[in-house]
Amino acid sequence: MSISIEGITKNFGSFQALKNISLEIPDGQLVGLLGPSGSGKTTLLRIIAGLESADEGRILFHGEDVTRLHVRERRVGFVFQHYALFRHMTVAQNVAFGLDVLPSRERPPAAEIHKRVQMLLEMVQLGHLADRYPAQLSGGQKQRIALARALSMKPQILLLDEPFGALDAKVRKDLRRWLRTLHEEFHFTSVFVTHDQEEALELSDQVAVMSAGKIEQVDTPQKLYAQPSSRFVFDFLGQVNVFRGERSDSTLRQGDAWVRLPDAAGATSLQLYMRSHEVRLQTTPAAHAHLPLRIESVSLVGAEVRLELSPVGWASDEPWEVGITHAQFNTWQPQRGDQCFAVPQVAHLIEVDAHTPHTLRWEAGEMDDPAAMI
Amino acid sequence: MQQRRTMRAGDQPLVKWTLIGLAIITTLLMLVIPLVLIFDMAFSAGVGNYWDNLSNQYTRHAIGLTLLVAALTVPINLVFGVFLAWLVTRFEFPGRKVLITLIDIPFAVSPVVAGLLYLLLYGSNGWIGSWLTENDVQLMFSWPGIVMVTVFVTCPFVARELIPLMQQQGGEEEEAGVVLGANGWQLFRRITLPNIQWALLYGVVLTNARAVGEFGAVSVVSGNIRGETNTLSLHVELLYQDYNVVGAFAAASLLAGIALITIVVKSFVEWRQARQRAPLDELSDGR
Repeated sequence: MSISIEGITKNFGSFQALKNISLEIPDGQLVGLLGPSGSGKTTLLRIIAGLESADEGRILFHGEDVTRLHVRERRVGFVFQHYALFRHMTVAQNVAFGLDVLPSRERPPAAEIHKRVQMLLEMVQLGHLADRYPAQLSGGQKQRIALARALSMKPQILLLDEPFGALDAKVRKDLRRWLRTLHEEFHFTSVFVTHDQEEALELSDQVAVMSAGKIEQVDTPQKLYAQPSSRFVFDFLGQVNVFRGERSDSTLRQGDAWVRLPDAAGATSLQLYMRSHEVRLQTTPAAHAHLPLRIESVSLVGAEVRLELSPVGWASDEPWEVGITHAQFNTWQPQRGDQCFAVPQVAHLIEVDAHTPHTLRWEAGEMDDPAAMI
Repeated sequence: MQQRRTMRAGDQPLVKWTLIGLAIITTLLMLVIPLVLIFDMAFSAGVGNYWDNLSNQYTRHAIGLTLLVAALTVPINLVFGVFLAWLVTRFEFPGRKVLITLIDIPFAVSPVVAGLLYLLLYGSNGWIGSWLTENDVQLMFSWPGIVMVTVFVTCPFVARELIPLMQQQGGEEEEAGVVLGANGWQLFRRITLPNIQWALLYGVVLTNARAVGEFGAVSVVSGNIRGETNTLSLHVELLYQDYNVVGAFAAASLLAGIALITIVVKSFVEWRQARQRAPLDELSDGR
């Protein structure tokens, strides 16, 4: 069932939580609403569910206007951030609740409810906990019960509010994988809210990045990461290295550092944004860039070695971060305090007061200097 | 070699036992001895006389009236308290904070003042009272007046018990219930009520105890008409003024009995509440 969000606006007193939001969520997709706290993502989710009402705009499920429809009638599955399990009911009673409160004409017989609850509990692999109370479960188990309960009414739309926010890293990873499988198996349309960019990028078909009540960009995770459409998205989606400078002709310069731009842009005050994988490190400067850096720390944990670097002879608000492979690390053996040079391969140019970046690429030929390569 | 225990503040045996001793003596002097004395005096002329005193026509009427007042007050304040607690914990509206403060007025005001206010409003010369008199409705100096002031004096108990609990529990469970299709009554009956039941019972026990024992406010609006508007606590005073000390204490022993039952029920409810919360506390240590 597709979801259409049309021009939703919501105010809490004088605070505008959502500003004219429009978003199309195609049938069967898993869409992440990503943003910092206070960006309005949870409010949007609650408006889709009907737990909150919009001041303006419409919500459509499968082309049908549900804006005036009560939560009860919308038949969505909702997973709350803190699970919201009924504390005085057993796990089985929790999962059965939706079926139990059906009007007697529609309610299946007790035996069938029991069977369906068992099935749902098996699905979340917690059949053996049917008689426990929520207080006796771990966080991950509670989350799975909350999910089983949300799915008990066979909803075609599943909404999840920070579903893995309160869980530790290992459990999160398991649950994410498992939600993905579940989603493919049951083919519902899901929207989930998160402030964790890694989670959003890993789990979603599409991610809507929100900031201050507006949607900044909606795209697939790959495109979002490779081509952020705004400075905000850039900053929000992971570590970014920034070089700020003044342009004269085709050279962007600040202090001792400079970068030659492949095409001359209009403004003079410019910022160059680079992801850590878009920069290479060398022991000598390249032909098109002179960005001296000093190694501040070396972190060996993980798939790559992460170096934290500080500028030498120029300035940046945040330290730079660049990843190199373990093989490169072993041949180069960089130490804290060593000096090296950053060589951008791809960079994103933003005028200081502008919003939208412009992506730059340097030809392989003009930067290869085999002697200097690590 | 024996290791010297680290001393905490107030860990000196002398201080500790002096304080404990003082507490015991105070409790004995101020609570236990008077309580025992009530029963001692009540039975001082023998058990037969005790029964005679209680089965006295006026005493029986006082018992009946007191039970009637409690039987009306408790349900009224039960509904009122739940409604109010639900209102201030589940909705945001202008004046919400003021309302929470207003609930405490009956605690802050002396019951006698409350009684006088009601007399001023609903008495035959009062603003509303004069209109009521014209229409042949008499509230003051009859049982409806007694119920009215008792309701006023006891109305914070239930709400005061429920508000912090419902605030702490939050409305998420109810929201989860609505999303799953429950209607308003099902929500209240199956989610809200089970979550607040022990606090609610606690509030009811306190309301009942106060409703039965209320003296000040009731004494102002009742008019002390023997066999008509005399509640048990007023009756005790009346008997005492009649120099029927044994009779007064016999009636007082009933009130003391109710108080003892209240304490037992209250302890039980507290114990249940603590048990209900126990697993939640366990949970918070990082499972």
